[in-house]
Amino acid sequence: MTIKEIFDSMAYGPAPESATEALGWIARHNGTFGHWIDGAFTKPGDTFTTANPATGEPLARITQGTAGDVAAAVKAARRAQPGWAKLPAHQRAKHLYALARLTQKHARLLAVLETLDNGKPIRESRDIDIPLVARHFSYHAGLAQLLPSEHPDLTPLGVCGAIIPWNFPLLMLAWKLAPALAAGNTIVLKPAEYTPLTALLFAEISREAGLPKGVLNIVTGDGTTGAALVEAEVDKIAFTGSTSVGKRIRAATAGRAMALTLELGGKSPYIVFDDADLDSAVEGLVDSIWFNQGQVCCAGSRLLVQEGIADRFHAKLKRRMDGLRIGDPLDKAIDIGAIVDPIQLRTITRLIGENPEGDHYQAACPLPAQGCFYPPTLITGLSAASTLMQEEIFGPVLVSMTFRTPEEAVALANNTRYGLAATVWSENINLALDVAPKLKAGVVWVNATNLFDAAAGFGGVRESGFGREGGWEGLMAYLKPAAKPVALKPVAPTPEPANPEAPALDRTAKLYIGGKQARPDGGYSQPVYSPRGKLLGHAGIGNRKDIRNAVEAAHAAKGWGKATGHNRAQILYYIAENLSARAEEFSQRLKDLTGYNGTAEVEASIQRLFTYAAWSDKFDGAAKSVPIRGLALAMNEPVGVIGALCPDEAPLLGLISVMAPAIAMGNTCVLVPSAAYPLAATDFYQVLDTSDLPAGVVNIVTGPPADLAKSLAGHMDVDAVWSFSSQNLATLIEREAALNVKRTWVNNGQARTWIGPTGEGREFLRHATEVKTIWVPYGE
Amino acid sequence: METLTPLKDLLPQVTHTRNPGMPLDLDWVASVQANTSAIERRAATISGRRSVKKEWQAAWLLKAISLIDLTTLAGDDTEGRVKRLCAKARQPVAPWMLEKLGLPHLTTGAVCVYHEMVETAVRALEGTSIPVAAVSTGFPAGLSPYKLRIAEIGESVRAGAREIDIVISRRHVLTQNWQALYDEMAEMRAACGEAHVKAILATGELGTLRNVARASLICMMAGADFIKTSTGKEPVNATLPVTLTMIRAIRDYEDRTGIKVGYKPAGGIAKAKDALTYLALIKDELGHPWLQPDLFRFGASSLLGDIERQLEHHLTGHYSAANRHAMG
Repeated sequence: MTIKEIFDSMAYGPAPESATEALGWIARHNGTFGHWIDGAFTKPGDTFTTANPATGEPLARITQGTAGDVAAAVKAARRAQPGWAKLPAHQRAKHLYALARLTQKHARLLAVLETLDNGKPIRESRDIDIPLVARHFSYHAGLAQLLPSEHPDLTPLGVCGAIIPWNFPLLMLAWKLAPALAAGNTIVLKPAEYTPLTALLFAEISREAGLPKGVLNIVTGDGTTGAALVEAEVDKIAFTGSTSVGKRIRAATAGRAMALTLELGGKSPYIVFDDADLDSAVEGLVDSIWFNQGQVCCAGSRLLVQEGIADRFHAKLKRRMDGLRIGDPLDKAIDIGAIVDPIQLRTITRLIGENPEGDHYQAACPLPAQGCFYPPTLITGLSAASTLMQEEIFGPVLVSMTFRTPEEAVALANNTRYGLAATVWSENINLALDVAPKLKAGVVWVNATNLFDAAAGFGGVRESGFGREGGWEGLMAYLKPAAKPVALKPVAPTPEPANPEAPALDRTAKLYIGGKQARPDGGYSQPVYSPRGKLLGHAGIGNRKDIRNAVEAAHAAKGWGKATGHNRAQILYYIAENLSARAEEFSQRLKDLTGYNGTAEVEASIQRLFTYAAWSDKFDGAAKSVPIRGLALAMNEPVGVIGALCPDEAPLLGLISVMAPAIAMGNTCVLVPSAAYPLAATDFYQVLDTSDLPAGVVNIVTGPPADLAKSLAGHMDVDAVWSFSSQNLATLIEREAALNVKRTWVNNGQARTWIGPTGEGREFLRHATEVKTIWVPYGE
Repeated sequence: METLTPLKDLLPQVTHTRNPGMPLDLDWVASVQANTSAIERRAATISGRRSVKKEWQAAWLLKAISLIDLTTLAGDDTEGRVKRLCAKARQPVAPWMLEKLGLPHLTTGAVCVYHEMVETAVRALEGTSIPVAAVSTGFPAGLSPYKLRIAEIGESVRAGAREIDIVISRRHVLTQNWQALYDEMAEMRAACGEAHVKAILATGELGTLRNVARASLICMMAGADFIKTSTGKEPVNATLPVTLTMIRAIRDYEDRTGIKVGYKPAGGIAKAKDALTYLALIKDELGHPWLQPDLFRFGASSLLGDIERQLEHHLTGHYSAANRHAMG
């Protein structure tokens, strides 16, 4: 084309970023890579090819990691861990700082290599991914520096296994590596098979940061390598990827006393109210569903637009779609690059092809003749039941529905198995800030989308997983209490004596469901004896239907979550007051049940209620220091309905120690009291009954812990299950919990001292809350 | 002389239907939103999203020249100074360079001067298709007597100005007196007659982007042919966020009325790279029709110099120096 012709057409020309340096780095390794274990590349084993999805050209041969490779890496990490943890915090901070600086120094090489391997536009790898990587290491250098003074009682987990996806290869490496290292752990990381190259380059670069051998290990391979890592002797698995694989990992790690964080899929709502800046909301969708070809777990993929503006909004959106430029990812003027792999492209194509419902609009932008490309697509006129409205497509396809009122918008937004992110567009601050807390999501963006920062927590609820990455809350997932674990002995009920002494007047302990005493559905009861052979009474044998009823009652009481902290405190104080009035009676009951003097336990229970009454209005969220003009609020929200198996060794204090933090934070709960000593709990519901606690906030179901734990952990409408039972229920609970990826907190058969500081505090509050990050950029 | 851009293309009333205006629609005005943070984010990414290199860059820079309202608006302007400027407008780039670039007859879009300089400029541009634009209506503050402001337009038109850059009364925007703003604009438009009218919003003095969006809309409703950011005399002049706000208003106006209104950022655009960023933003948000001088102008005085140096670099491979190019 002549200059005159371009002058007339004003076309964009090619603006390619050079791949020379990146290809040179691959060539220096003879195009073949081993793993990175113990500070060096291993000899390549059996290899597979990683290719450039934009061209199909092979880039390099990558070693398929075996279980033996994984074991070698874990061994190296295990060997390095004590030394790494013993380094002064400042020394670890310096290493992390060096990683941040080295990322910046090699920024373009990393960006180009990422784009070659993944297919994402160079603009994104250059302007978004790599700067966020550097920021993540820099921020965590600071966390490493401050950790000993801020959390002197916490200690690293040990060796962490990380399995990361192909959509943000180096950024996800940073999200796993930075907190693990800052906390004093060492790591074995498996990059995705489609995109291993930047992890390998980063490993090589890490030598320049003086990272000790074995602190960072990278084993490449496909899903079987990942499975081997999950099976290996690691202390934690941090996984980012699909919900289906996340569920498998949850089941595979059940009962192994491993820490686990899962950052899974999503179908995040993108809500546009009629008072929004529509052009900006359209542009937000470009940053949302057409960012990284829509292969983003938190992509705003489900458009909910207020009915009155829907036609206008869709028209604006279509025009914007037509202007998107799709093509060579290394071109600096490209908006949308290549889908990561032909397999992913086939998945998207098939999913859209099989679901012709609605109006399918494909952008009028030309597609390259070759390579893995899919056009930006908008599907309107769908209903909540449509497959494409429910299933994560993981491609550049936006689906749309309309709503009438804010209430309906929230209901539709939450009508999903997922809960990762949500976006709200409105110029009305009252509306936006009213809707944001109501959305089931770990991250909410107001008048913006896909804002990320190392200081702000990121992660999901429901089947989008659990755990947060970023901020202090993210670091917590790589630490544990320093106290040495002590095995917990199972507590058995007092056996039936030969000649039980009957009570003077029969008293019937029932279940406590929805604020009412309820007979067990099965109609069976269990006698409870004192160690001295006295029949103390009967406790109902609850079953799955009682759990069902209790969970329903707990949901019906969800207004509790909206009560003010002050209000919740008043009720906790009132419970303490009423327990205090009956202290002697409870002391006697404990003595009858267990044989030991119950006075101290009752007193500790009253104190504990005071502790959480105090916390009710003091477990503050945070305004995070993120690099935008705006707020990033970390709000501590209730988890929802918590099912808890209560301790046996402190029948009253234990129950109160799990109940009080749960309800102080606004949760409702289903408590399964000690099976050995259930009557302390059933007496206690009378205290609850007289303390103005709304019906359904606390439900008590007595019965066999394993059966009830299975019902609770397998219940799709329970948000978390805790177990402090003296029976080790960890395997059972964690395996059942995999069904809907609910949060779990189990004692793994380890004892806890319930009287004193280990029986209360922030650890309990963290488990009773979800951190929701609400981003609100501002400016007029 | 063969002109690159035929005369008929210079005036929107020829190529496109001239904006007849429409009744003031306050409901529409009230519904206008502009989210500053989001607009700033979009504006900040445009230079990273779009890049033109080599021949494309040269062609785009030449296009930018064709869109410049080459401007002098200084208290010490003289006939000599204005003649020199007009000579530069006729021959914005050294002939050998334009020859090599394949656009030997390239000129700037217009010359923009104060009223007293209009006749000089018109004479200096005789034989070309380059129109003379006059800033008017008590430029830059717009606070001289209303009658005189209207009369000033007529004087400039009679002196040969084919384009009139009027300034709006910022106080009408700041006090939300939309009717007054509409009436003022409509009367100024009427006073322009056949000359086409650019409404300078002085966006740096309007306080918020929402005000910019609303003022843009009202000026279009009242018949503006162009909306323009700034006089160049405000503390903040043309910016990308303001541009995005105004061109989105232009797009909405076209959606509603079918009428294309022009856009002119003015003040502060001094670098070739800035011009490329503006052109990319216009291309992506408004489309190709707005990359012609009848719908887009840069109000600029020093931009041309930087473009000349970039073009010489393109041709020779060597970085250029200002003294190698003729002064305007």
